[in-house]
Amino acid sequence: MADLTNGIVSRSTGTDLVKRGLADMLKGGVIMDVVDPAQAKIAEDAGAVAVMALERVPSDIRRDGGVARMSDPEMIQGIQEVVSIPVMAKARIGHIAEAQILQALQVDYIDESEVLTPADEAHHIDKWAFDVPFVCGATNLGEALRRISEGACMIRSKGEAGTGNVVEAVRHLRSILGDIRKITTADQAELFDWAKRLQAPLPLVQEIAETGTLPVPMFCAGGIATPADASLVMQLGAQAVFVGSGIFKSSDPSQMAKAIVEATANYLDPDILAKVSRGLGDAMPGLEIGSLETKLSERGW
Amino acid sequence: MALPRIGVLALQGAVDLHVHALERLGVEAVEVRRAEHLARVDGLVLPGGESSTISKLLVINELFEPLAARLNAGMPAFGTCAGMIMLASEILDGRDDQLSFSAIDISVRRNAFGRQIDSFETDLNVIGLAEAPVHAVFIRAPVVERVGPGVEILAAVEEGRPVACRQGAVLVTSFHPELSPDLRLHELFIKGMAA
Repeated sequence: MADLTNGIVSRSTGTDLVKRGLADMLKGGVIMDVVDPAQAKIAEDAGAVAVMALERVPSDIRRDGGVARMSDPEMIQGIQEVVSIPVMAKARIGHIAEAQILQALQVDYIDESEVLTPADEAHHIDKWAFDVPFVCGATNLGEALRRISEGACMIRSKGEAGTGNVVEAVRHLRSILGDIRKITTADQAELFDWAKRLQAPLPLVQEIAETGTLPVPMFCAGGIATPADASLVMQLGAQAVFVGSGIFKSSDPSQMAKAIVEATANYLDPDILAKVSRGLGDAMPGLEIGSLETKLSERGW
Repeated sequence: MALPRIGVLALQGAVDLHVHALERLGVEAVEVRRAEHLARVDGLVLPGGESSTISKLLVINELFEPLAARLNAGMPAFGTCAGMIMLASEILDGRDDQLSFSAIDISVRRNAFGRQIDSFETDLNVIGLAEAPVHAVFIRAPVVERVGPGVEILAAVEEGRPVACRQGAVLVTSFHPELSPDLRLHELFIKGMAA
């Protein structure tokens, strides 16, 4: 009989495959921002695939101003205790120590996020140095590839967090996916120029030319406020959605959360979208992008 | 025999990777979101993903009952990670409202190896795939804690911790064959359908 136990099998943790693999498992799902265990429970009850633990949702960060930092470990642990789905948390751009603390807390994914106040104006975190995977935002393909070259295992289009306005998310998704489509028809000589223009490593550009996709999953964030918004970004090519203020700043968070989960899973089915969009109360109040004092999506280099 | 048409439960999770694996084997893969899609398939892959989310979506999409009926009638099924949890007869550390199909007589513990930082890859000996070990990727993976009579253990990570099992035409793994280029477990499932 074959050895079924392999003795004690030797296990490799923190590998690229393992880190990117969790992002694959979240595809088609909704990751919800939560600020306390009660909200985390509502998110899990509604069918979220993961929660993002943070101190204030982006619309409150925008309103309050000041410096936005990593959340209190006690709050993150409180959330880890009440839900069985993955728990993510945000570190400031370039803030290695915050990321180390989040890894010590065993969060399942670290978001090196422009929603928090950047800690470094030139450098992002060396994400290869961590066993916990990272997600990073991007507004265009060059930014996405720079983050991947630093070790990001998932990219989310940034959108404009805390606005309830999906227009920037659409712009960023179209920019990233549009350039990927163009690269797949470029010839070898043109790929050098693409790498130069995108300020991105040539091997990653060549890989895209061959595969037609990013080397890691791409999700969408920033401004999703309704089930229809979730369907829109999925139809444009996002593989899952992050919803920040859109749920807990709506008038009926539990219903809105469920509706966005159903809409994301059934994004191609207008009959289901019509059904889940009914009677949700008020979506979060929206902001015109032109009226913003701070554009969070401009943070990151 | 003509190659079977295999569905991939497409409510949430790594659906695309399973579709890709099946297509590489020359099998027609069909995404299953609603009951009418089920009628067109000879077998079903339940992918990795978040089992508590998939459980809810099965109810919302009115797919739970029709799928349970097909499985009771003996439809072959292959569940990986969350898919294994969905097919099990008992879920340990699940949510109270989490449903499963009892298509294979095993008790499965969710997140049995810990959080993401404990996720790992390893080489596993799998019964029936003797030529070389299978490179297996475990992500916040479940483990089988009890097997009923008639359930065959195909692989285990250590004594008493099975990670691949089979009962009739139902095959389950704690790990994700869809994340590796090795297609032998998908082949094993397809061969089992013909038997």
